[in-house]
Amino acid sequence: MDLTESPEGQAYRAKVAAWLRENAPPFLITGRMPLGDEVALGRKWQARKAQAGYGALLWPKRYGGEAGAPNQMRIFRGEEARYPLPVQPYTGVGLGMALPTLFAHAPEELIERFAGPTLRGELTWCQLFSEPSAGSDLAGLRTRATRTEGGWIINGQKVWNSFADYADWAILIARSDPSRPKHQGLTYFVVDMHSPGIEARPIRQMTGGADFCEVFLTDVFIPDAQQIGAEGEGWKVALTTLAHERARFGGSRYQISASTLVRIARETCLNGRPAIEDSAVRERIAVIYARERGLTFFGARLATRTSRGEPIGPEVSVSKLVSPRLTQDTGAFAMELMGYEGLIEDESSDLRVIHDNFCLATSHRIAGGADEIMRNQIAEKVLKLPQDARLDKGVPFDQLSQLLTSTREIARR
Amino acid sequence: MIQAQARELLAERSTFPKLRQAANAERGFDADLWREVAELGWLSLDVPEEYGGMGCEGLERCVLSEELGRSLAPIPFASTSAVIDAVRLFGSDAQKARYLPGLASGEIRGALSLVEDPRLGGFAATFANGQLNGMVRPVQDVDVAGLLVLAARDADAGTAGLYLVDPDQAGVRRRPLKMFDRLRGHDEVTFEAARAERLGGDTAGDAAAAIAELAERCAVAIAFEQVGGSEACLEMAIAYVRERKTFGRVIGTYQAIQHRLADMFAEKELARSNAYAGAWGLTRPAEVRAATAAAARLSGTSAFDFAARENLQLHGGIGYTWEANCHFYFRRARLLAQCLGPTSRWVDRLVDSIETD
Repeated sequence: MDLTESPEGQAYRAKVAAWLRENAPPFLITGRMPLGDEVALGRKWQARKAQAGYGALLWPKRYGGEAGAPNQMRIFRGEEARYPLPVQPYTGVGLGMALPTLFAHAPEELIERFAGPTLRGELTWCQLFSEPSAGSDLAGLRTRATRTEGGWIINGQKVWNSFADYADWAILIARSDPSRPKHQGLTYFVVDMHSPGIEARPIRQMTGGADFCEVFLTDVFIPDAQQIGAEGEGWKVALTTLAHERARFGGSRYQISASTLVRIARETCLNGRPAIEDSAVRERIAVIYARERGLTFFGARLATRTSRGEPIGPEVSVSKLVSPRLTQDTGAFAMELMGYEGLIEDESSDLRVIHDNFCLATSHRIAGGADEIMRNQIAEKVLKLPQDARLDKGVPFDQLSQLLTSTREIARR
Repeated sequence: MIQAQARELLAERSTFPKLRQAANAERGFDADLWREVAELGWLSLDVPEEYGGMGCEGLERCVLSEELGRSLAPIPFASTSAVIDAVRLFGSDAQKARYLPGLASGEIRGALSLVEDPRLGGFAATFANGQLNGMVRPVQDVDVAGLLVLAARDADAGTAGLYLVDPDQAGVRRRPLKMFDRLRGHDEVTFEAARAERLGGDTAGDAAAAIAELAERCAVAIAFEQVGGSEACLEMAIAYVRERKTFGRVIGTYQAIQHRLADMFAEKELARSNAYAGAWGLTRPAEVRAATAAAARLSGTSAFDFAARENLQLHGGIGYTWEANCHFYFRRARLLAQCLGPTSRWVDRLVDSIETD
């Protein structure tokens, strides 16, 4: 039990914990479950949650949510993370990014078409944003959207698309007008992943898993009704998605924390006594725990604002910046406490969880806006510092490569 | 609202030229400002109504601490507030009646000393037969205080005790100390058969628990000062990097600079979040209070240390000069980091509160 919680929070936590005890067991991921099975299980788990009213706590009530109860969401996620449950971007992208973007920018009939099935895990989503040459410089993306009768034709390549090979639908940004500066020539779409011309290939990660894909789009047709926001205004719509993505990452519940460190430090020896009695160990744990708590309360402060109806502000970048690095520190220290043995990848011990979370946090420092981009966001959007000099500012996208070539030549001379 | 008023007042009364003057004099107490904030009721917030206060324990005092941390105004607000806590929470009825009205009105300024002697590993002063003996240092704000609350060793019981002492009596000798932070007065205090009474009188409870709670309350108040100080450093640094140019443009456009400021902001927000949790924790059971206060203390200390150092760094050579104002915060960061017992004790409080997964 978290003693720092309000009585209402504690009551809600107890209720959620009891519900999970009762309902979670059939949905637990066992051993090294094949990814396809995990995704299928994830859909069922989402359906079960939706049935019980826990499916989308942050959504408006009329779409089956609980009208933005961020504190409840935080508590639910925390309790849910105690079990190895199938909650990953396969359901998360739809619930936490795609639909919130539609709520803000799409016509009612489109929202109604997608909200229910997504809530019940019948529809899963992926995000087609990043490209091989457009990561941190996302607005430099090259996938083309060309006008055609009744809609658009899409051609290009996307990358780092989590669970794209299992997704039913996707949110997509593409370049609709290369003659305009890069942020102004983009348009936002939703696209059926079963459309002809879409091919998703899994990419093997350093963990050995293959959660994300590269996606090739060849003459994919998207009808006009699936364009979100005005033509050329795709960047604005994408910013809504990105804000929600950052909020998701910042609120990530990792399976390791200061609690893990204390447990390990009690069980391991250092210089002939339990490691937990060593002052250097205690200090490192305390520093990590103080930051963990700071993040929790910071999240609660932001949640209080969004629960009043304010949009997610650029401050959300603080959570996204701090949380994965903290988990890296926690994971590394957990391994270190166990010495040489801490490197053994034993399926039956929790070392596997520690290793996985350590690696996962590494990916979270890059995905959804790298640390460096988060710092840019804080500097420019929160602290209002002048923007760094950008060579490509205001330059039509189709003249950019020419500009960069000539700049390189100047530099060479 | 009280925060905006406080910020405005302090910005007007506690300017950098005045602070520099105070630092040169090495005795900074601003008596006029003290009278003014006393009249505004700043000291009566937490004092119960029956003793002339407002009886509203809430965030007000915290935001005032934050503004004082930002402005560095040389008044013994923190010390007097700590003494108010000591008397209202642990004093006997007679002691409350005697001291609280004067503390609430600002007529009596307070000083609180929980300091232990690093060589003795315990309290340096000893209490026996109604008298104190020994030498304690450094003691903050005792130079302007009319009431000192002192943690000392009870010679008869062999335990810790908390005592009320009139610092103006003949048995108390104060010698001003030159301190790293020049904006708060500190003294070495020698007690020679000084009259003192036990806080709480004959019915005093467990002094060790009271000392721990007072330290935790101070930790929370200081955490707000640290947040205010961190924010002031961040704002100073931002203002500077927007003006200063190198290689043909303002340095605030360089990512190397922007990212440092972003980190300062992130650290400050973690500290602020922990400070709020600490304030809330003061209303909770002892084990919650200990953990939230310790997190506030560790978080506030590291944020302010970082902000103060990097603010100076971002100012370049000018930041190292007496005329630039960075050093006030640089020095204050150390004072606030070291004035409340060893870090390891706060680490222990926090680590002991963690439940295993």
